[in-house]
Amino acid sequence: MDTSFFVAWMEEIATAVQAQRDHLTQLDAAIGDADHGSNLDRGFGEVRRALADSPPETPGAVLRLAGATLIRKVGGASGPLYGTAFRQMGRSLGDVSDISLAELSTALDAALAGVQKLGAAVEGDKTMVDALAPAVRALAKAVQDGVKAEDALSAVAAAAQEGAKATIPLQARKGRASYLGSRSAGHEDPGAASTALVLSALRTAGFRTW
Amino acid sequence: MKKLINSVDGVVTDALTGIAAAHPSLRVDLENKVVFRASGPRPGKVALVSGGGSGHEPLHGGFVGYGMLDAACPGEVFTSPVPDQIIEATKGSDGGAGVLHIVKNYTGDVLNFEMAAELCADEGVDVVSVLVNDDVAVQDSLYTAGRRGTGATLFVEKIAGALAETDAPLSEVARVAREVNDRSRSFGVALTACTVPAAGKPTFDLPESEIELGIGIHGEPGRTRTGLSEAREIVRVAMDAINDDLPLSGDVLVMVNGMGGTPLLELYIVYAEVAAYLAEKGATPVRNLVGNYVTSLDMQGFSVTTCALTDEFRALWDAPVETPGLRWGR
Repeated sequence: MDTSFFVAWMEEIATAVQAQRDHLTQLDAAIGDADHGSNLDRGFGEVRRALADSPPETPGAVLRLAGATLIRKVGGASGPLYGTAFRQMGRSLGDVSDISLAELSTALDAALAGVQKLGAAVEGDKTMVDALAPAVRALAKAVQDGVKAEDALSAVAAAAQEGAKATIPLQARKGRASYLGSRSAGHEDPGAASTALVLSALRTAGFRTW
Repeated sequence: MKKLINSVDGVVTDALTGIAAAHPSLRVDLENKVVFRASGPRPGKVALVSGGGSGHEPLHGGFVGYGMLDAACPGEVFTSPVPDQIIEATKGSDGGAGVLHIVKNYTGDVLNFEMAAELCADEGVDVVSVLVNDDVAVQDSLYTAGRRGTGATLFVEKIAGALAETDAPLSEVARVAREVNDRSRSFGVALTACTVPAAGKPTFDLPESEIELGIGIHGEPGRTRTGLSEAREIVRVAMDAINDDLPLSGDVLVMVNGMGGTPLLELYIVYAEVAAYLAEKGATPVRNLVGNYVTSLDMQGFSVTTCALTDEFRALWDAPVETPGLRWGR
């Protein structure tokens, strides 16, 4: 996976978030404050612009620029959390120009660690971690089993989507939805839903560049 | 959605343009979205910086001025500001005596202010943060993000701001800010939801005969929904929640705050009930505010905030203040 793959990933995320903007905002209106879709749409639009303005030369640089842009432009909890996820991935990838599946797996693990350190959330708290953690495990398993890249990324997408859906019955223990207490149950967590979009875009980026 | 806006994306910038035009005592940095005092930093004075999502006006920009804040950074509607804004506000208001960040306890606000404070410290600016978490509707436990910061933010900004004007050191201003928060409690009630411009419709559906108890200031639903009853009974629920958490006695500063769409007529009806409740508990509302101070766009409803006053706090509350949202004694 080279620089163009990671640029394609960011573009696919921007497209998916734009298409799902209202859906994410409505999920957030149910248990939060109705800004998740518009914030991420704004943020990934800025990422797209930043990448076009100064095209990075390595995969790691793509992710570090994306992360810094999200932290600077989005605000709320999602800006620092997504920004940290991409920055940690970018740091993990260093300046290698061609990324193996194993390196991607290590980087995704670093993203999870960064998010958990900043947000102090564990699985089951009804947050983005509920989509990210199963995806990290799915990728690690795919690397271990030696499956080919397309199948590995499909497994990542499936695990993230399943994780997001599994947040529906949960009661939130972190973030704004936690203020609702038991009333937060019965709704999909918007952060987990957007994380599933972000990770599913890995697969679409693969289809586009391979 | 029916709103007086030019475009959904321009809401914050267009409002800041109006604030700049209306208040020559303020300097508005439209590019970085920061509201400063026009007079600039005063050497030797601790600067107070706050910020948060837009939609709560006059909080925070309306409380920039003598005796309160030195700078405020408004984020998008209901979205915390970004670190870049907070850094600009901090560096642009530092008079060399350090900067106090007043942060409402929401995950996004806390994360963005933390990142900004770290980066400012790297550049040699002394920053201390104080968290406001006065909302008794949320239990502070492992199972929530902790209590929300609501009405007490105004008390903290006013009382700590008055102390900062005396050139008190940063540690002392921070101590007072924390103590004001510790002695304050709030509870909010919604009669309607509010409409975030970017969402285009109310954040929740509330039937004509029902109200939400224990709301925050972001249009999020409350802890429970119940039937509409007389103001007297609704106020009792709110005051009981406060009194159960921190029993009311002695001299109290009390604010009956409108959520943005509530007639002042109704807020005074609420205040009458609050005053009667306090009298029943043997507490005296020696200072009060009734009006729209910490709003939630066009929501109808109110919140009550109480602060158990000390002599020190009462004197600081009475000290002169000159901001667009609060002014007396000068």
